[in-house]
Amino acid sequence: MPVSSQWLKRPLLERSTQLFLGVLFAAMALVTLLHVALPQGSALHVSAYTVTLLGKYLCYALLAVAVDLVWGYLGILSLGHGAFFALGGYAMGMYLMRQIGDRGVYGNPELPDFMVFLNWQELPWYWQGFDMAWFAFLMVLLAPGLLALVFGFLAFRSRVTGVYLSIITQALTFALMLAFFRNEMGFGGNNGLTDFKDILGFSLRSDATRLGLFIATGIALAIGYVICRGIVTSKLGRVSIACRDAEARTRFLGYRVDRVQLFVFVVSAMLAGVAGALYVPQVGIINPGEFSPLFSIEIVVWVALGGRATLYGAVIGALLVNYAKTVFTGVMPDAWLFALGGLFVLVTVFLPKGIAGLLQRRSAPPVSSPSQEAAA
Amino acid sequence: MSVFQQLTERDRVFDFLAPVQSPVDVRHGAILYLEDVSVSFDGFRAINNLNLTIDDGELRCIIGPNGAGKTTMMDIITGKTRPDTGSVWFGSRHNLLTLNEPDIAALGIGRKFQKPTVFEALTVFENLELAMAADKRVLPTLTALMTQDIRDRIDEVLLLTGLQELRGALAGILSHGQKQWLEIGMLLMQRPRLLLVDEPVAGMTEQEMERTAELLTGLAGKQSVVVVEHDMGFVRSIARTVTVLHQGSVLAEGTMDQVSANPKVIEVYLGEGA
Repeated sequence: MPVSSQWLKRPLLERSTQLFLGVLFAAMALVTLLHVALPQGSALHVSAYTVTLLGKYLCYALLAVAVDLVWGYLGILSLGHGAFFALGGYAMGMYLMRQIGDRGVYGNPELPDFMVFLNWQELPWYWQGFDMAWFAFLMVLLAPGLLALVFGFLAFRSRVTGVYLSIITQALTFALMLAFFRNEMGFGGNNGLTDFKDILGFSLRSDATRLGLFIATGIALAIGYVICRGIVTSKLGRVSIACRDAEARTRFLGYRVDRVQLFVFVVSAMLAGVAGALYVPQVGIINPGEFSPLFSIEIVVWVALGGRATLYGAVIGALLVNYAKTVFTGVMPDAWLFALGGLFVLVTVFLPKGIAGLLQRRSAPPVSSPSQEAAA
Repeated sequence: MSVFQQLTERDRVFDFLAPVQSPVDVRHGAILYLEDVSVSFDGFRAINNLNLTIDDGELRCIIGPNGAGKTTMMDIITGKTRPDTGSVWFGSRHNLLTLNEPDIAALGIGRKFQKPTVFEALTVFENLELAMAADKRVLPTLTALMTQDIRDRIDEVLLLTGLQELRGALAGILSHGQKQWLEIGMLLMQRPRLLLVDEPVAGMTEQEMERTAELLTGLAGKQSVVVVEHDMGFVRSIARTVTVLHQGSVLAEGTMDQVSANPKVIEVYLGEGA
């Protein structure tokens, strides 16, 4: 019996997933329509700038979903998910750098500008292959996935959990930030990778490409959401919750807790990598700042605000906080961090289940258990 | 015989390839033998020449004052503690002293600890689903489907433990007694041949105790059950055979009436309480 894809069909039959996908696709269609159909001067016209901004928000939303998967359902508070996001971003950035070819400032067909500037004679071995899109896109998944695999294998096998794991993830992203700041690493050091020209042959400056990237991000978010939903509604999802609440008991039932944690952690890291890869062509730069511990903590704040262990709450949290950030930093740049901190405190005190908890309280009927839904 | 020698004999299955899980041999009537088992911790003899036989399908109560070695005995059977001397056999084929905890659990020895631990954020139904004997590796768990067979099995255990009304309720809202039953139900989902139950009625009300007594006596016959309990009234209500442990060895064995008439037992244990 072909069961390999069964677990993905289950979430697609779920009403909450259908609702989520419906809202997401409707919003994407509306933005596309307002951008394409209305003339530049119209009041309702959505500019290319706004489309890209929304695309960026969707990348953050996918990242938040990835964090919610490990934090909400598995109880692993990762304060280093920015590292996986940035690694995915760097993999994409390397591809985009190689696409520049001889159009760089120094006109070297082989070497990116910063390498010419550093007087490097040839491409480092780890830059090989990134001129091919399929290889680069594979690396978008593999680089964060491998890091998560090695890191998770060591941490979970030694039964490192709770606050210790959080601190180690924080140290991981900090160490990577320091490493990527170094010019010798060969990733552009302080300045990172930038000055991208085109992706898959489409100019990154054209509005059509920007719209395409926005739509691609929306689709990636939809796929990521369905994958996560598939995991959390499967038996493995219930085992994850069991690991979160009573790890020793789960082990006693015969489940390999470290393997469960490793699997979910790697899936989450890969999703974060995809989010990073879609983020880079839209903002036009990737630099070690994305590895900063502060960014990783901010992601956790989005998820906490939106509501843990719901997935859609993470999306809401990421969109709302980043919209607020855009508005605030425009109006009162200095007040943003205070506003974010204040918001976090308010939500923690008055809405411990986040915005999603508020929505659940409104829609009164208690949610029936997944297993009973499956039974029906 | 070394592994290399084994490799040259092409007509036999190598020991390291042979499945651990061969059927439990109970042709001689007994499912568990402990013979001359002794274990000491830092010079203190927790178990001292203990001999115990549990028959297949039997319900046995084990009583004894604190420090008599009841919990240590359970630890030895489940592989948590290794005895210094003696032998422990499950059926007449499986030497438990050569196996580790997960293997012993897989053979069909289930243990319920004193403090009930259930998954509070999951429903009663889901708790039982997770406990069920199944392929517990990651990918098979991810693609596991809810089949009619599984649902029937869970319903059967729900009926047995009297939790059918609460199947969709979160385990976190259950009372202490209901959690104990759910935990026993989770053990039953693993289809054990032998159930070791440590103080099942601690903290239960009178009615809950009666319900538990019914549950445990109902299991006997299909499964062998060993109950360690302090509550004399409860033991009297379920026991057919009672074993009294004292200072790590068997002091007396028989029906409740026989052991409570035994002068040695009265002296060390019953004399104070009952």
